[in-house]
Amino acid sequence: MKQGFSWRVLVFITPALLVYAVFSALPLLDTLRLGLYSTDENGLRSFSGLANYATILHDPQWSASFWNAMLNNLKFFGIHMLVQNPIGLLLAALLSLRKVRFATFYRTVFFLPTLLSVVIVGFVWQLILSPLWGVSERLLGWVGLESWFAPWLGLESSALTTLSLMSVWQFVGMPMMLIYAAMIAIPEDVIEAAVVEGASPWRIFYEIRLPLILPTLGLVTILTFVANFNAFDLIYTVKGGLAGPNYSTDILGTLFYRTFFGYQSQVASPTMGAAVATLMFLVILLGVGFYFLLVQRRLQRFAL
Amino acid sequence: MRTPFHLTATALALVCSGFAHAGNLTIESWRVDDKPLWEDVLLPAFYKSNPGITVKFLPTSPPEYDSALNTRLTAGTAGDLITCRPFDVSLDLAKKGYLEKLNGIPGLKNFPESAQVAWQSDDGKSTHCMPMASVIHGFFYNKKIFADLGLAVPVTEADFFTVLDKIKAAGKATPLALGTADQWETNQIVFTGIGPNHWKGEEGRKGLISGKQKFTDPAFVSTWETMAKWAPYLSKGYQAQTYGDSQNLFGAGRAAIYPTGSWDISYFEQNSKVDFGAFKPPVQKAGDACYISDHTDIGMGINSKSKNKADAQTFLNWLASKEFADLYTNKATGFFSLSSHAIEVKNPVAKEMISWRGQCKSTIRLNAQIMNRGTPSMENELWNVSSQVMNLKMAPKDAAQQIQAGFAKWYAPAK
Repeated sequence: MKQGFSWRVLVFITPALLVYAVFSALPLLDTLRLGLYSTDENGLRSFSGLANYATILHDPQWSASFWNAMLNNLKFFGIHMLVQNPIGLLLAALLSLRKVRFATFYRTVFFLPTLLSVVIVGFVWQLILSPLWGVSERLLGWVGLESWFAPWLGLESSALTTLSLMSVWQFVGMPMMLIYAAMIAIPEDVIEAAVVEGASPWRIFYEIRLPLILPTLGLVTILTFVANFNAFDLIYTVKGGLAGPNYSTDILGTLFYRTFFGYQSQVASPTMGAAVATLMFLVILLGVGFYFLLVQRRLQRFAL
Repeated sequence: MRTPFHLTATALALVCSGFAHAGNLTIESWRVDDKPLWEDVLLPAFYKSNPGITVKFLPTSPPEYDSALNTRLTAGTAGDLITCRPFDVSLDLAKKGYLEKLNGIPGLKNFPESAQVAWQSDDGKSTHCMPMASVIHGFFYNKKIFADLGLAVPVTEADFFTVLDKIKAAGKATPLALGTADQWETNQIVFTGIGPNHWKGEEGRKGLISGKQKFTDPAFVSTWETMAKWAPYLSKGYQAQTYGDSQNLFGAGRAAIYPTGSWDISYFEQNSKVDFGAFKPPVQKAGDACYISDHTDIGMGINSKSKNKADAQTFLNWLASKEFADLYTNKATGFFSLSSHAIEVKNPVAKEMISWRGQCKSTIRLNAQIMNRGTPSMENELWNVSSQVMNLKMAPKDAAQQIQAGFAKWYAPAK
């Protein structure tokens, strides 16, 4: 059926389009443009082509911090994928079982931290893990593991993992809710048919539920990816703009902040910062593009 | 990101300009803690001699101040009076034309040349902020713990470590309240606090700027070596201890010595009952001349786009008066006026600290002038390597090498 151009659609779209254009698209384009300029010491801006990118990728100092941030960001993302999403899936699977008592209560409890401000999460965990006032050492002592305790947030080897796990603790409710919604959307008769056929609960999960929620898992993955590569607030709250010790918790977001806004005596460089932001944008764009082109197409075959 | 900001900012500016009329001034500052002081003490005193001008003190929290101020200045919405960081951060604003030149303004005559350097162009020809106050670095000690253990205030580094050993052996209190989680203390308090005794204050600082000395020289490496020796006297898990934790530890009487600067006097007076005194950074050998870090920390300038420059000048001249010097020194305890007026300091700890100016030679924080300008930012690098040294993750000579290499990268005389 062929339809003519509908003016009504335009009327409904325009306000959102305008807001999106002014507050999202234009600034994004302006950032891309700004990354091509450089500022001299008197604040004068001049066009410099790809010079900023050359500096970030080729200058030993800049490229070291850029790749360090990128690697840390990948680890940050990796821990979310390995810990947050499987736990989210597990919780969702348990909650969607038919005979769970207090399911709503658990759902709320697991989702609650997501609603907390990152500043509170950072502060509370810092207190819990504090070697001076924290309870972790005593709690470990109760099970005889006192010697395992270390100032995790202060050690190069463990700070990033600790921060990632804090973030996992806060956001595990998100994948849980999304997967839960997908699971309860699975038609009962499909499951019942399987039960009648004598399939074990494990087999039902593995061969019916899981394939049916794969698109949601893909969505969760890409949402986690975008959120992690945009992350900034938790690291900044707990470790400050220098993301110590020795930049071991520095991710692209904190690197961008230091460059764009400056930090302490580091003088801000909006043009250089815009270049870092553009690189972040490209990383996310690549990730999302990869997902849409290669992953999602295959997943849709399973959708009901 | 900029375009909508401009729009919003212009809209805001339009709205605000409706309220702004002659006689109104606003102050941009990072000293959030000083808000009651300004509102209850300083501004009422100013109104007495200057009726008709009203001033609003609108601070932004310290870590956000520089970036927020930059954004507001770019957008044209910043306040009339700008609280100035020392040296390069303000110089950068002045170079971009955001700060009014203060040359010839009468109040400047009340300050010695050395107090003005922090807010002048490199050639010293133009001044862009009125000096307000400096902070002095040193150590606080818990008088009760010292008395119980029969300890005397240390003078040399050897004394210092003997005292630390005794406190550690007694096992009742943490010898040193310091952590490396926030990183800045290891540079701004420890390295530039105890270092002047090693590099002979201004001699070492100017030597680095002229290129005659290097960070890899013994005077600088030995400072890091001394810092590394502090590690056994810090609390367990000090790598995750924040500045606030250290303050609490000392304030609760659970630590004997607290390396700090005079700005912390008012904090402990308001927030703890601990009875404390101050001693200056120990010298290397008995009889050595002593040096203190007497850091010009805070100044105030005029926004070049202010609509009310005449009143702003009146205000700055009042900042240069004896009345202000007296009020600020005695009410913002631990911030010492930079003017040449003779002020009697009432707080005993503050009095002790300011007396060091007469006994030792003053210097400013090592990297405050010129050295922070390039990329990599030396300040940030120093936070990082000094924390690594105190965490025993980096050897002092490697720390020195990294700083020197970063400096030589952009600063010709250091090559």
